Amino acid sequence: MIVSSALMIWKGLIVITGSESPIVVVLSGSMEPAFHRGDLLFLTNFHDDPIRAGEIVVFKVEGRDIPIVHRVIKIHENSVAYFLRPWLVSLSKVAQVRNRENGNIKFLTKGDNNEVDDRGLYKEGQNWLEKKDVVGRARGFLPYVGMVTIIMNDYPKFKYALLAVMGAYVLLKRES
Amino acid sequence: LRKNVEDFTGPRERSDLGFVTFDITADILNGKNDLQSIFDWNVKQLFLYLSAEYATKNNALNQVVLWDKIMLRGDNPRLFLKDMKSKYFFFDDGNGLKGNRNVTLTLSWNVVPNAGILPLVTGSGHVSVPFPDTYETTKSY
Repeated sequence: MIVSSALMIWKGLIVITGSESPIVVVLSGSMEPAFHRGDLLFLTNFHDDPIRAGEIVVFKVEGRDIPIVHRVIKIHENSVAYFLRPWLVSLSKVAQVRNRENGNIKFLTKGDNNEVDDRGLYKEGQNWLEKKDVVGRARGFLPYVGMVTIIMNDYPKFKYALLAVMGAYVLLKRES
Repeated sequence: LRKNVEDFTGPRERSDLGFVTFDITADILNGKNDLQSIFDWNVKQLFLYLSAEYATKNNALNQVVLWDKIMLRGDNPRLFLKDMKSKYFFFDDGNGLKGNRNVTLTLSWNVVPNAGILPLVTGSGHVSVPFPDTYETTKSY
């Protein structure tokens, strides 16, 4: 019962925020002093949200599983109907047409605490990130809360102990 | 908050590289429009950055962060920066800087709380930097 409601809440969050991973734990110190290892970040990934310089995004490099939390420092965006833009803007005011400003965008990221940009982290030959690489945008955060995940990763014995305790709790609860 | 700038451009391979120098002044006013007033009990730091925004033939929207600074709560909230060079290379994705009259510099900041929402605020006021039509070939920077 608890497990299914937890799962439902998690799935609900995924839908509401539009992100496949709406809550992530900061794994490195590359965004210090803003974020430290173990901080928890809340993300949204709305399709219409434009990516703009200065925003903190969480992305995954193609082929790697680890989410990286860094800041966008450069964007170059072209939209399909650029020359129609003035017309489309007035049209969007009248007919609620979706604004085509969100065209093809490529951007570069860098950790606040890093000297250089992230090109070294990207795939071989890749110089820019694209919208599809983004897991979400950081909208809010809580310090330290994510430490549990890191401890469980670094000390698997702790994870098994925790699972054993939870399992025992569930079994014992049933009996009463 | 005010900025003044000068500019040159130089081509590197196929992309334009721009050089901008600027001043940033942020002083303590009466607690209304200064940086000090943003720091409250839940603000851990401000991440300030100067970004250049412009449009080119290739790309409808370009934004490049030229300079940034982390200001922690308790740091001096006044800025008196003069003749600063951009911290990062101002490369365009192509040759869109040459002759571009509409490059706008804006100062923005990310408020990092001790816990909670992370807002991005853009300062009111911006400076337009026109880039010249010609390249400077010999420039020691």
